[in-house]
Amino acid sequence: MTEEHKRTVVIPGETIKEGDAYLPGEGTEKQGNKIVALRYGLAEEHNRLVKVIPLSGVYQPRRGNIVIGKCNLITFNGWVIDIGTAENAFLPIMETPRYVAKDRLDEVMKIGDICVVQIFSVNGRGIDLTMKARGLGRIDEGIVFRINSNKVPRVIGKEGSMIKIIRDYTNCNITVGQNGYIWIKGDKIEDELFAKKAIMFITEKSFMEGLTEKVEEWFKENGGVKKETKKSEEKSGDKKED
Amino acid sequence: MGGEEIDITTKVTAERIKKYLEQGKRFDGRKTDEFRNIIVEPNVSNKAEGSVKVKVGKTEVIVGVKMETATPYPDSPNKGNLMVTAEFLPLSSSRIELGPPKFDSIETGRIIDRIIRESKFIELEKLCIKEGEKVWTVFIDIYTINDDGNILDAAGIGAVAALKLAKVPKYDEEKEKVDYKEYTGKLPLKEMNPFTITVHKIGKHLIVDPTREEEDVSEARISVGSSEGIIHSLQKGNSGCFSAEEIKKCFEIVEKSWKELFKKVNAQLK
Amino acid sequence: MTSNFKRPDGRKFDELREFEAKVGIVPNADGSAMYRSGETIAIAAVYGPKKMHPQHSQNPEKGTLRCTYNMNSFSVSERIRPGPSRRSTEISKITEWALEPVLMLDKFQNMVVDVHINIIQADAGTRCAGINAAAMALAHAGIPMKDMVSSVSVGKLDKTIVVDLSKEEEDYEEGEGPTDIPISMTHSGDITHFQLDGKIDSKQLMEAVELAKKSCEQIYEVQKKALKDSIDLTGGED
Repeated sequence: MTEEHKRTVVIPGETIKEGDAYLPGEGTEKQGNKIVALRYGLAEEHNRLVKVIPLSGVYQPRRGNIVIGKCNLITFNGWVIDIGTAENAFLPIMETPRYVAKDRLDEVMKIGDICVVQIFSVNGRGIDLTMKARGLGRIDEGIVFRINSNKVPRVIGKEGSMIKIIRDYTNCNITVGQNGYIWIKGDKIEDELFAKKAIMFITEKSFMEGLTEKVEEWFKENGGVKKETKKSEEKSGDKKED
Repeated sequence: MGGEEIDITTKVTAERIKKYLEQGKRFDGRKTDEFRNIIVEPNVSNKAEGSVKVKVGKTEVIVGVKMETATPYPDSPNKGNLMVTAEFLPLSSSRIELGPPKFDSIETGRIIDRIIRESKFIELEKLCIKEGEKVWTVFIDIYTINDDGNILDAAGIGAVAALKLAKVPKYDEEKEKVDYKEYTGKLPLKEMNPFTITVHKIGKHLIVDPTREEEDVSEARISVGSSEGIIHSLQKGNSGCFSAEEIKKCFEIVEKSWKELFKKVNAQLK
Repeated sequence: MTSNFKRPDGRKFDELREFEAKVGIVPNADGSAMYRSGETIAIAAVYGPKKMHPQHSQNPEKGTLRCTYNMNSFSVSERIRPGPSRRSTEISKITEWALEPVLMLDKFQNMVVDVHINIIQADAGTRCAGINAAAMALAHAGIPMKDMVSSVSVGKLDKTIVVDLSKEEEDYEEGEGPTDIPISMTHSGDITHFQLDGKIDSKQLMEAVELAKKSCEQIYEVQKKALKDSIDLTGGED
């Protein structure tokens, strides 16, 4: 059963659909009886709702998103984390899993350290973060790199199907931040680089149909061998495994 | 997009780069003394006396040669002048701010100037129009288009290639003007290939042609301008140190890389 | 409005020079594009939306568009000293004004969208090529935009209105001399940029505007194709 309705590439100002029946979804606007694109991307129509799936553009922080960021500053009651947005994101002392003394903040995280955190709220003052849930914390080892945040859903796949394939073939722990930063940790550096290569392949072909099969093919062609599948918990925004 | 600071290679990735180097390996599969794929495309601007686009991996620079007449320097009344400038364009990287040239671009210009000048690649004595009064000035202008590390060596390749492609415009003695629509011949050059090759030190390892990720964790570097085994210029940069033994290794790496560049670059200039 | 005027390169009065457009030419940028018109080549790269520095320039109500236009020293016969000039500063501002009307920056308070235009090779019409490249690069970067912007230089050579002047035509000295009219407009026909140098009466000027409209239609198709071609739904992105 496929959900892929016919997709076309559209540019800003282009009329996607004409007719009163259609409704303007994300990335579009109704002008008279036309649905016009307000972004460069893939236009998709489903149940008369027309929207544009962006292929590029800045990350929009949302409550609940798991993100990866870098500590830029330590204040008296928390850490300022750069997650690639214009507003600063802040992790308060109260939102760490264990008690931290006020003079020991840099034991949890120093300036320059990378961490996996979750967005608690997005409000006028900025972005509030938490480190309390399972799978969050400072990153000590592995490789961290960046892709366009719009490609994250493809890297994760429907219900985590894509990320599972990468894990199976590379035996790596992979955490995908909704802000486009990805953390890979494996037993061997070769495995980590292999996983990174796979992810770059996915971002290049991100709008293709049947991508999941193509990625399995890619792995087989590039010498990948399916390892024992690990028991994993998949949630949206994806968390690292134990 | 948002975090320029977070783009700088993270500590964790830096650790991995160093760990992998311990096995003599690099992220993109290259050996420590191997250059990325080099592409040299001539004639990026038909208004230049000579111009070239150089890609080293994803790093891209364009270099152009322009010639103008000028009065010679008092201590060299019968020699042409040379001026090398590098512009790190903000379009080539999110890390570049608007404003006057920063140290990076100034250093690049000066390092490339040094090798071209000291190697006497350009026969400046043949660029005299009227002794003591009028000579040619050769301008080499370097522009960055995409920075993925090792702009310096890419710029050096571009300078050599652009000079090799350069022609001298006609100087109209009567009108005392340069006629850019007519050329009198190729720029007088010695038969040589003065490339600049920079060796970087990461931990205890020496590598050549770093990507942006690798260059971010480079602790010390040494740029050697040489041609056919003769060294004409040298500059050590960054705050780390080299032992004498390491410097010797650097020279060996430079010699090997020079041969690689010689082949790859000249093949594409035909 | 046909004329027997012979253009140096044999083009008809309403014929554009050979064009070429491509997106994605600067891997580091959030969006980038190249636009060529005849011998004029412009590239543009977009970075943003991102935090705006210096802080005092931030606009708390919406995002800011910041354009820079720069000609390479060797893009012209007589070398241009590297660095900004009064001309490049003016053209940078005009480019901002040409593009801003279509950008939707309300959601990007205190942020900036940087557009950097670089002229690689110049043969007249550089600001227009720059605007064409910049519009593509902005779309490519995923900036929310109401419409595309296309730009062309219309001219009057002696008494004849022509489109897309070459340098040779810009230097035309006979009769009434050349008049150079760079115009930019959205695809729906709103003029966002309009300049003039020369000598022309208002009736002919309106003819020039009409001609520009037709030419911008063609240019729009070139820009659209470049953006669409960069994505191959069956094979992947370029």
